[in-house]
Amino acid sequence: MDAHNSAGQTHGINSAHKPRGDFTARAPAALANPTLRANFRRAMDGLMTKRAAQFADRDAWTALRARGAAARANALARLPELLERLEDRCTANGIRVHWAETAAEANAIVLAILREAGATRVIKGKSMVSEEIGLNHHLEAHGVTAVESDLGEYIIQLAGEAPSHIVMPCIHKNKAEIAQLFAENIPGQPYTEDVDSLTAAARRALRQRFAAAEAGISGVNFAVAETGTLVLIENEGNGRLSTTLPPLHIAVTGIEKVVERLDDVPPLLALLPRSATGQAITTYVNMISGPRKPDEKDGPREVHLVLYDGGRSRVYDDAELRDTLRCIRCGACMNHCPVYARVGGHTYRFVYPGPIGKILSPQLEGLDCAGDQPFASSLCGACSEVCPVQIPLADILVRLRQEAVRPSATPAVKGGGSQAGLAADLGWAGWRLVYGHPALYALVSRLLARLGNLIPASVPMLRQWTRFRTKPRFAARTLHELAARGGFDRE
Amino acid sequence: MTHSLPPHRPDTVYFFGTCLIDLFYPQAGLAGMELLRRAGLRVVFPPAQTCCGQPARNNGYMDEARAIALRQMEAFPQDWPIVVPSGSCAGMMRVHYPQLFAGRPEAPQVGAFAARVYELTWFLVHVLDLKLEDKGEPVTVTWHGSCSAQREMGVVDEPKRLLRSLTNVTLVENPRETECCGFGGTFSVKQPEVSAAMVSDKVAALESTGARHVVSGDCGCLMNITGAAAKARRDLTGSHIAEFLWERSHGRP
Amino acid sequence: MSDARARILARLRAARPSIPPARPDWAPPAIPPAERLARFTAMLEAVHAEVHAVPAAAWPAHLAPLLAAKGVRTVLAAPATWAGKALAADWPSRPDAPHLVAYDQPVEALKDRLVAGIDAAVTTTLGGIAETGSLVLWPTPDEPRLMSLLPPIHVALVDEAAITDTLAGLVAAANWAAAMPTNALLISGPSKTADIEQTLAYGVHGPKELVVLVLTR
Repeated sequence: MDAHNSAGQTHGINSAHKPRGDFTARAPAALANPTLRANFRRAMDGLMTKRAAQFADRDAWTALRARGAAARANALARLPELLERLEDRCTANGIRVHWAETAAEANAIVLAILREAGATRVIKGKSMVSEEIGLNHHLEAHGVTAVESDLGEYIIQLAGEAPSHIVMPCIHKNKAEIAQLFAENIPGQPYTEDVDSLTAAARRALRQRFAAAEAGISGVNFAVAETGTLVLIENEGNGRLSTTLPPLHIAVTGIEKVVERLDDVPPLLALLPRSATGQAITTYVNMISGPRKPDEKDGPREVHLVLYDGGRSRVYDDAELRDTLRCIRCGACMNHCPVYARVGGHTYRFVYPGPIGKILSPQLEGLDCAGDQPFASSLCGACSEVCPVQIPLADILVRLRQEAVRPSATPAVKGGGSQAGLAADLGWAGWRLVYGHPALYALVSRLLARLGNLIPASVPMLRQWTRFRTKPRFAARTLHELAARGGFDRE
Repeated sequence: MTHSLPPHRPDTVYFFGTCLIDLFYPQAGLAGMELLRRAGLRVVFPPAQTCCGQPARNNGYMDEARAIALRQMEAFPQDWPIVVPSGSCAGMMRVHYPQLFAGRPEAPQVGAFAARVYELTWFLVHVLDLKLEDKGEPVTVTWHGSCSAQREMGVVDEPKRLLRSLTNVTLVENPRETECCGFGGTFSVKQPEVSAAMVSDKVAALESTGARHVVSGDCGCLMNITGAAAKARRDLTGSHIAEFLWERSHGRP
Repeated sequence: MSDARARILARLRAARPSIPPARPDWAPPAIPPAERLARFTAMLEAVHAEVHAVPAAAWPAHLAPLLAAKGVRTVLAAPATWAGKALAADWPSRPDAPHLVAYDQPVEALKDRLVAGIDAAVTTTLGGIAETGSLVLWPTPDEPRLMSLLPPIHVALVDEAAITDTLAGLVAAANWAAAMPTNALLISGPSKTADIEQTLAYGVHGPKELVVLVLTR
């Protein structure tokens, strides 16, 4: 074990030791589910259209995106210094800062804070990091009730499921399924597919939970080092309630969420909701810079910030892979991903699905755990094109493929080499031999032109191809031959 | 990444045929070369060319990709533009070659090589300002732009401008033009079901235009789309834009 | 957990540093003062908020029948603010005016009532942002945070002269970075969700209605 591997052996309760590289095996079931296909296709089409309308002015988009990317890249370039400054400013503001290397540590810190406060009833705002560390499960196991309050998270918590999208967690469910869930789980709620009525039912059920909660737990969208401010954005108001009504607020965030200056926030705010849902801005932008002051009448009396590593410092170690950490979790990459749109979030089996998940999950949890997932992309580049902070997702995916088949000498990614194999190595050695020797290539290509069509469709690659397509036909003469006949110069 | 114009209109260009065209669509390659020749250029086809190396790169075999890239660079020694009838292979050479050699001693020469690489339709429009006389019967077609052409080479409108310039050709826009057809090289066989779902949707989108013929600048996409259409017995054929343009303006090469 | 802190920072410091890129010049499109109110109004109305331009001197008189028509009987107000004082001065003499409830104690003393027993709240704002149709609120000891959140209707008072063009401009011009309050808020519409089949529904947790009174002079 080298020094890198000491970071975060376990990230997330269901992770580390459970290989989840079965994307290929799981995809057909999702593809064969017409309801799921239709739900995702309709939702993604709508989101893409709305986003495009927000960024219709290409020049404005280009300038804004460059500013947003620079804010994130700048923060990463100075991450250790900015984390210390964030801690200093938060502490000066009365926010207590904690550091956690692993999921187990983060969970233990949160539980200890709750125990010290005697809190057993927790209301949660939406937080992907809390999903990542399996916080709800940990709290439940220790006698603390944690209720999700974001409507989508509440729905999937009732259903006992995981989010299928990082912004819209229950996007895979239709209203009939939700109506059934509410009728079964909310006392006095009849079966209805009326969305206003379902929403009102959730409001009634959760109001009481908010009122009774002894602590609120939230994520963070941006942590501003300059001012010690936690910026949270949302539409429902549950995030504000979770961070305002209970006497204790615990914010859990990845260490990468820091930005240096308050003036980095407006451009990022101009990018995030527009990229995510095509909204000009979310209903609420909530900037928290401390607990309730003595003369204030509301707000939590204690605010804690848990800075979670969970393998991020390892991602940070590689200058190319580091760009992964720019992510502001808008979900635009998955909204535009032709693979995600067809298989949905659950096929990935990681907390973060879609393109960002495909580059982040293998780095946090290991390439061995991610299996074939880095290869489950056509590399179309739609994700890189829409990423508001210019993460080169497709290039990072290719880099991870490289680490999966030929790991760097100093392992850059945990579980590197997991897809290496003698057969593949031999295949590529053969490929290199043929394409690296023009005379050999001339021989092979001319042979294929004469005899290639005799190759049966049952050979491995052709077999997969011809399940859904006709067999390609070799031409009788190669272009090399036709060019020579056509009188084109050779040099 | 977009092209920049060469300093002056070249007399001579290289043609990089691509491995897929070499074996499966040589008529498309030949048509591309004829288009360039009829525009008055000397077209050089170095026989030592093989493949751009993209399959290895996309699968993570960087050493293999670099080895093949260097062989291609050797095959195109003169300072002439290299015209490529594929956004995908052009993107590999233009965008990814410099990435593959970043920080290596070869980087400067790789950079100079990459800067000479042009996607065919972009070259026809911006460098040659090609004008075509349409000698064909009236036909309605739709266009499929490859992901690499759009996103790596910045080729979006150029092929459609060429198609629209043909008087008897009606071009109908594909409502899902920017969406991947599901080819992705080895992706199509490593993720066969996902790829099949993508190409099935692509065929449906192309059919929804009312056109029965799709023109594309990339033979990988074409092989995928027309192969899926044929397997599903759909009434949709396809051709590479070079072949289509050549046949409309000159007959079969 | 200071060990974790030391180890995380040490790992980050051991990584090869990247050069912090310069922040390119960027400014959101400026909105001329004459167009701000129209943009502000249009953006808010587009997200289901109600906007009324009313004379600054007469807003309580305008608001009373407006809320009565919505069936509002109780209104949470901050008695120590200028808005609370104006309401206290104007409404008791109006037969149609809702009953005022003062948020004058810590939340713990009022929790049940705040959570479920009040129809609307009236707050001031620091101003508005035309670009996104946003209200800027810095809650204070006199005008606490939950006022704009718990009751089903939130009435916000915005001085027309305090409508600025963009957040970026406001943060820079007012030098927010020098002294952030405990809580700073942007509110751009009523509480909403689209979590059920992307169908918009309002009032899922916060106010179902946002009524903005733009005070004109």
